[in-house]
Amino acid sequence: MARAQPDREVIPVVQKLRIRYAKRGRLRFSSHRDFSRALERAVRRAALPMAYSAGFSPHPKISYVGAAPTGVASEAEYLEIGLAERRDPAWVMASLDSSLPPGLDIVECVEGQTGSLPDRIDASQWLLELPGADPAGLRAAVAAFLAEESVEVERMTKDGRRQFDARAAVVTLKVTDTTPDDVSGGTNCGILQLVVRHLTPAVRPDDVLSGLRAAAGFEVLTGTRVTRLAQGLLGEDGTIGDPLAADRGPVDQPAG
Amino acid sequence: MPVESLFARLEPLLARVQKPIQYVGGELNATLKDWDTTDVRWCLMYPDAYEVGLPNQGVAILYEVLNEREGVLAERSYAVWPDLEALMREHQVPQFTVDAHRPVKAFDLFGFSFATELGYTNMLNAIDLAGIPLLAADRGDDDPIVLAGGHAAFNPETIAEFLDAAVLGDGEQAVLRITDIVRAFKAEGSPGGREELLFRLATDGVVYVPRFYDVDYLPDGRIRRVVPNRAGIPFRVAKHTVMNLDEWPYPAKPLVPLAETVHERYSVEIFRGCTRGCRFCQAGMITRPVRERSIDTIGAMVAKGLEATGLNEVGLLSLSSADHSEIGPLAKQLADRYEGQNVSLSLPSTRVDAFNVDLANELSRNGRRSGLTFAPEGASERLRRVINKMVSEEDLIRTVTAAYANGWRQVKLYFMCGLPTETDDDVLEIARMAAEVIKAGREASGKRDIKCTVSIGPFVPKPHTPFQWAPMLDHKTIDERLLKLRKAITADRQYGKAIGMRYHDGRPAIIEGLLSRGDRRVGAVIRKVWEDGGRFDGWSEHFSYDRWERAAAEAFGDGPLSLDWYTTRERGETEVLAWDHLDSGLDKEWLWADWQDSLAAVEVEDCRWTPCFDCGVCPQLGTDIQVGPTGRVLIPLSPVVGTGAVPWPTSRG
Repeated sequence: MARAQPDREVIPVVQKLRIRYAKRGRLRFSSHRDFSRALERAVRRAALPMAYSAGFSPHPKISYVGAAPTGVASEAEYLEIGLAERRDPAWVMASLDSSLPPGLDIVECVEGQTGSLPDRIDASQWLLELPGADPAGLRAAVAAFLAEESVEVERMTKDGRRQFDARAAVVTLKVTDTTPDDVSGGTNCGILQLVVRHLTPAVRPDDVLSGLRAAAGFEVLTGTRVTRLAQGLLGEDGTIGDPLAADRGPVDQPAG
Repeated sequence: MPVESLFARLEPLLARVQKPIQYVGGELNATLKDWDTTDVRWCLMYPDAYEVGLPNQGVAILYEVLNEREGVLAERSYAVWPDLEALMREHQVPQFTVDAHRPVKAFDLFGFSFATELGYTNMLNAIDLAGIPLLAADRGDDDPIVLAGGHAAFNPETIAEFLDAAVLGDGEQAVLRITDIVRAFKAEGSPGGREELLFRLATDGVVYVPRFYDVDYLPDGRIRRVVPNRAGIPFRVAKHTVMNLDEWPYPAKPLVPLAETVHERYSVEIFRGCTRGCRFCQAGMITRPVRERSIDTIGAMVAKGLEATGLNEVGLLSLSSADHSEIGPLAKQLADRYEGQNVSLSLPSTRVDAFNVDLANELSRNGRRSGLTFAPEGASERLRRVINKMVSEEDLIRTVTAAYANGWRQVKLYFMCGLPTETDDDVLEIARMAAEVIKAGREASGKRDIKCTVSIGPFVPKPHTPFQWAPMLDHKTIDERLLKLRKAITADRQYGKAIGMRYHDGRPAIIEGLLSRGDRRVGAVIRKVWEDGGRFDGWSEHFSYDRWERAAAEAFGDGPLSLDWYTTRERGETEVLAWDHLDSGLDKEWLWADWQDSLAAVEVEDCRWTPCFDCGVCPQLGTDIQVGPTGRVLIPLSPVVGTGAVPWPTSRG
């Protein structure tokens, strides 16, 4: 008999869980592929009753919403998993978190009630720490960048060098004065707060830094640290909504 | 004395290199210990890229064995790729451990595990990046003791001038013994410094310390003699043999990397050693006798290992896994335990004559039914007698017929080229054998989509084997022979298209041959290659034959030595071999007799099933074969992966 697809039963999804996770410290150097392998192992260690896809090599039902670039930290990454049996989201959060290495941390887990998670995310808020940056020069560069209608930048992509506008996606770009203690390099550290819309092609924080160079000749020294602070729907006032708010029950746990 | 983490200095560089995750550590099950509360500190290095080094069993075992000990700290280091190396040199960041990013130079011991000699240039690079003098003779009391272990350490002579010591054989007990000696020495206030510590280690017999041996040469280049140069130093240093694998159930909690690595499975050694007696196989010769791990220990290790890692593939490792006396019950019981849980089992090394389809069906019950791989090594019956790989073509055809009838579609066959006494015809037999396999497969399955891939690697004679005297075939002849084989396969209209052929070019093997059977004079070649930029010689995109050839010509000059002298020259019975003072337990007389039998195409049996044939290992080292069957069963355990049978919320391991 020919070796056809094995007749495994497809295990249906009975519960969708939506998860916010963080990539912190040195594990910001993990790529999205690295994270997804780690998560697949973590769901096995945590003995979650995952729903699986059919076929020769069944995969657990996990779907991601975007992903921060390699080397960038994040406090607000999102994914959704499908379980074949119902579980308490708080228990899933605790067991999954303890099955992942420290630095890949589960921040929140709620049961998906309604709608689709990707539809609730169209913008990101970023924090950029630039050790050694001259604050006055940085302020001037930001002002020059914001004054432009469009700022062409270049980046290597899978399809080679690509030119695109880094300005239109930027909603806010501010220089702030607070110096976080953990930044190496200390005294003159430039800090940027950035809100960008998710457009195609995606404008990433390093594209905005390229934009500062293009618009004002501002050179960034090495050692920049970038952290995604939030993702969600962009409000009219420029703030970013919480994509899990709609799934949170009235007496549910506080946001992460 | 606190040792600072290098991470803050390394971090800005990581944004500028490929796959930075390999340098940051933080793996699940990694152990971090406080520097100041430990008194013996090991840096273990696998001198290749992280993706190759992390899954290495040897390092994984020693990392756990050492870190389980109170007061002992072990961290890991791997070879950095050239992009990071350039930045580290530019910014003066030294070689670091990935666990706590401590500078390697601060450790007491810096141990290298060598699965292959092609890692030697990476060793030199790591020593240099660490800021440790390259030559052992130039090191001071503040430098770590640089050790080598692993199979290549059975002839460490080519790297003798860079090493302080070498460990022969199983490492579990040896590293603890070394730790005890170092601890006692430090507790006494390190009297007599580095030289005294090395002397204590050498007189104990736990390691080989090259500096305590002098080598004299004859005018024709051969070695005259190797003798200790200090009283109390043993004439020969013997290998270590762990005699009860059930007492050493490691790795128990292997590291789970974030980065992608070459093997992503929980591997457990089901036995160590092999007495099949394949004459080319150094691993089989130097790891005798056979010591089985009992199946209940294996069962418990698999359960805990999967739980600790979340991996879903289990590798049952050994030199010839289907030879375990209880492999059938083991495979069946593991397959039963993980039924329906997406856990797959694999048996990496199986002999055609020990394999059966029932076993294969058990192994593939829970997972993929990918290809089957066998290693006849030689395609002609005569050649298989020469190398003592006594599997018959009937066995092969019977096995693949059953496999194709049971749904497998792909068989891979491994061969060597350049074996002693080999002719063109022997190699052309590979095409015929592959055609027979396809023919049998088409008949058994009634289908035409049957594939057979033949993979051919050049033969490299190794120390401590009956072929240690054999001449290597030059790389040009090897390449010509493989070209003839390719033509023969292409010319086969009936089966040729179903046969895939993969082969390695013969030149890296010549360098491996130089490093395998070389002596202390080869060290100058390795150093020149490294100085000339040689790194990652096991990677074809980094290996440069020309660089090695040039370095050899410079180092050997007009004297009797040459690349050919070390590789394609046949050695005589009375020649002193560079590794004669290193004792693998095998009698040199027995090895010579076996070499002569080989040339006469006479086989030797396996001592597990026939009387002892006096290879010498057991009486020399006071060991004995340990094989089952034990008749025990695996302890039934609740499934690791949730099928609904697991109550929740429960605590997990």
